[in-house]
Amino acid sequence: MSHSRLTPLVHKEFIHIFRDRRSLAILFIMPVLMMFVFGYAIDMDVKNIRLGICDLSRTPQSRALIRSVAASPYFAVKVRYTDPRQTEDLFASRAIRAAIIIPRNLVRHLSGAGNPAVAVIADGTDANTATLAQNYLESLLRQQALAAGTGTLPVTVKTRILYNPDMISSHFVVPGIVALLLIMIGALLTSVTIAREKETGTMEQILVSPIQPHEVVLGKAIPYLVLAFGIAVFIIGFGCVWFSVPMLGSWTYLMTACLVYLSTALAIGLLISTLVATQQVAMMLSLVTTLLPSVMLSGFVFPVASMPLPLRVISQVIPATHFLVIIRGIMLKGNGPAELWPSVLAMLAVGVLFISVAIRRFRLKL
Amino acid sequence: MTDDILSPDQKLTPAKPKPSRAAAVSVQDLTRTFGDFVAVDHVSFDVARGEIFGFLGANGAGKTTTIKMLTGLLAPTSGTGTVDGLDIVRRRKTIRTRIGYMSQRFSLYDELKVRENLSFFGGVYGLSRSRVAQRVADLEEMLNLSALMGRMTGSLPPGNKQRLALACAILHEPSILFLDEPTGAVDPIARRYFWDLISELAGTGTTVFVTTHYMDEAEYCHRLSIMYAGRIVEISSPADIKQKYNMTSVEDVFIHLVDR
Repeated sequence: MSHSRLTPLVHKEFIHIFRDRRSLAILFIMPVLMMFVFGYAIDMDVKNIRLGICDLSRTPQSRALIRSVAASPYFAVKVRYTDPRQTEDLFASRAIRAAIIIPRNLVRHLSGAGNPAVAVIADGTDANTATLAQNYLESLLRQQALAAGTGTLPVTVKTRILYNPDMISSHFVVPGIVALLLIMIGALLTSVTIAREKETGTMEQILVSPIQPHEVVLGKAIPYLVLAFGIAVFIIGFGCVWFSVPMLGSWTYLMTACLVYLSTALAIGLLISTLVATQQVAMMLSLVTTLLPSVMLSGFVFPVASMPLPLRVISQVIPATHFLVIIRGIMLKGNGPAELWPSVLAMLAVGVLFISVAIRRFRLKL
Repeated sequence: MTDDILSPDQKLTPAKPKPSRAAAVSVQDLTRTFGDFVAVDHVSFDVARGEIFGFLGANGAGKTTTIKMLTGLLAPTSGTGTVDGLDIVRRRKTIRTRIGYMSQRFSLYDELKVRENLSFFGGVYGLSRSRVAQRVADLEEMLNLSALMGRMTGSLPPGNKQRLALACAILHEPSILFLDEPTGAVDPIARRYFWDLISELAGTGTTVFVTTHYMDEAEYCHRLSIMYAGRIVEISSPADIKQKYNMTSVEDVFIHLVDR
């Protein structure tokens, strides 16, 4: 009896989903657009920094140094000038974001008399770019110095980056976008569809029928879980193909994690739907409560470990925090349950928390 | 809230069709408050089986709140009641299988076809596929829906939507039908047609509990209750009411009672 009443609910929802072709198309196109925007814009590698060079030395050594800097993809040499006093004007007019000043006595210094000091100047208004420019230039100059046989450091630092050896930002960013999109889409779909039934009065019409609250919830959850799961497979696949994000781990583990994560997202949507009366408010609330915390506090951009304690605590109840560790672990490191179980448990706990609160509130509202 | 309103304990003229065995609806001192606001204030009445019971009142008089308590959408603050002999608080799950409900908004799924809406609500009430098919065939004819079955519900004019909403509400053959301002959005011809259907339904034994603020519709009811500020100020047959106040129309009585 109870099974046969669930069937028409699920069936009706699928008709809604597939009849509204435009919304369905948006659901698949929007994540691709977002992935383009984030995937390319949140490129932590800085390229083509506008560079000014003031070569007072004019020696073969200085020209060799300039050639190597110019050959780097990180810099585009925009201005060559001869008077160091011009430097400030060039920065002020935004002609350059970084500058190198090579002193007149470079060669003398290189041959052992004193320290070969080359000035590196960067525009601190964009601190991130400035730091990167400075680091790149310093390492380039150090290589030059080593090649010239001087400036040897007492200890040689050799850095090896694991899992993402080329430090390609998109490999780090794309799984993050997947986490962001899934929580947003899951919550948005659920809250808006329930709010719509409230708006049109059909929810009330269903509630005077013998349908049980859990049937109403499942009648919404099953179709939208299927839809959201389809979107998940699509955008992860897209990330792998377009951004060449590696998939070192198991698809099965990843998809299982996605299901748990999406269930949590749907629960958030259900919870929101109990708080609002209209589709518009449902949409706004879903976007704010999922996107904002997931971008700022989940470790998507800013590492959780460097947050102050209160924010670290909050980050633990944000589902994306745990899913990010899992999806990055599976895709980039080839992790399995053996390594990921603490995050899996945490995500499950957060999921169960949201689902039980949502169902409690939903029953209460009936 | 003025003092000259009849208090509910003033005994009023008895019902026309005597409440047989168990009444279809019976409430005693039903009360619902929202904060300080008393929406329904110690209301008591009985509705006999097969009766068309009209619930009259201005907007905000407490009609919809009463219907919501009877259909289990809202819990009463105090008082008791039964629907089809079942307690409205403890047995509301069972009550829901025996009642039909149609709201003033004709709550249907606009993106579903007429046929799909019917089979959806049939399924929701746990009717088997073959039973749904049979009932739909019956109602198609009775409510003149045949030509609309393949149409998208959202594209229907209000009169057709109203008939479809009624069909969805009686698909499972409820013993009591609750109609909350069912004729609000339709033209006079559709209203007339709708009331003919309601009379036909009552003729087959269905109890109809209907709220309205159209006074001409009140004349179709076997019995009326006039509600004002959460209280029932008059309850009797249209003829008795007019006689009692020596007026020619229910509308005059209503205005006399409510707008003093």
